[in-house]
Amino acid sequence: MSRESALVSADWVEEHKNDAGVVLIEVDEDVSAYDAGHIAGAIKLDWKDDLQDPVRRDFVNKDQFQALLSDRGVKNEDTVVLYGGNNNWFAAYAYWYFKLYGHGDVKLLDGGRKRWELDSRELTDEVVKREATEYKAKDPDLTIRAFRDEVNEAIGVKNLVDVRSPDEYAGRLLAPAHLPQEQAQRAGHIPTAANIPWSKAANDDGTFRADDELKQLYADAGVDFGKDTIAYCRIGERSAHTWFVLHEILGQENVKNYDGSWTEWGSLVGVPVALGDEPGEA
Amino acid sequence: MCGAKQGGLDLKGVDVDKEAVIQGQVLRGEEPVGGAYVRLLDSTGEFTAEVPTSATGHFRFFAAPGSWTLRTLAPKADPVDRQVVAQYGEVAEVAVTV
Repeated sequence: MSRESALVSADWVEEHKNDAGVVLIEVDEDVSAYDAGHIAGAIKLDWKDDLQDPVRRDFVNKDQFQALLSDRGVKNEDTVVLYGGNNNWFAAYAYWYFKLYGHGDVKLLDGGRKRWELDSRELTDEVVKREATEYKAKDPDLTIRAFRDEVNEAIGVKNLVDVRSPDEYAGRLLAPAHLPQEQAQRAGHIPTAANIPWSKAANDDGTFRADDELKQLYADAGVDFGKDTIAYCRIGERSAHTWFVLHEILGQENVKNYDGSWTEWGSLVGVPVALGDEPGEA
Repeated sequence: MCGAKQGGLDLKGVDVDKEAVIQGQVLRGEEPVGGAYVRLLDSTGEFTAEVPTSATGHFRFFAAPGSWTLRTLAPKADPVDRQVVAQYGEVAEVAVTV
């Protein structure tokens, strides 16, 4: 993977949004954002109602994913272009699902909704309905998804990258600061994890920084590119953004997203937790 | 800057004793700016959170006590930085003009 294959620009979207075989999909944390205005022709996926299992703490399985995409009119051979608010956090999270379930051609709009809005580009509230398809998902690719036992074994062995803000990493905050802070789990981080906030990989306008700057960022923070890497955050969406940077833009192999992330780890009995600004010992 | 002022965001459902709330409104002249982006930067300048403003230009953060910077990005305007101090039991109200 590379920047050229994984990212498209706003100009590209303006030029190709009406092409047959191109499907724009908006995914936001604020699920009402799409209804107020979206890029013409884009459909919406709700990160919670559409992409999470309604009962268990897990995301949709293969059958649920293919039923969802069939219902929304996405074909296996379509070029899917994802974008969203929050600097593409949830769009990157959905991108990771599309890769996990084996979609061939999926891309992220660089800068997402924010850059689009800051450029004063057009948004519409026109309702989009695509004809149903028979989408076939593949078995999940677990080379890009990490579970808790593997994370526990990775302490002091693999690169662990905590992409939350410094205050969440140190245990001074439990959630990103646009959300209320009362939570059940303990505060802190997984010992030996480097704190490389996802935001360091993005410019203020939400676009990704240049490849050489990105490589330097992770190398300076102690990521050994010769080792496997697991990224995590609070619920797995910001770490999908960092997974995207490492695996899709920089083309690093063996990078996994631990989507259980801090809401799971901080609630587990018997696992180590480090407090403060230092990574801590294995 | 501190203390909930009239016309600010409704605090119903927010436990201000347990949350260090920073909130306010983005304005262009007298007009509220919806769809601007307000970023919360910590005392080292590192990004902590970001919200788009509502149709009435309002935004809100649940911070930790301490010094913060609000950086506001809006279409056709230069970024504006404002310093703010947050603490439990008080609501820091900030009006940002772009």
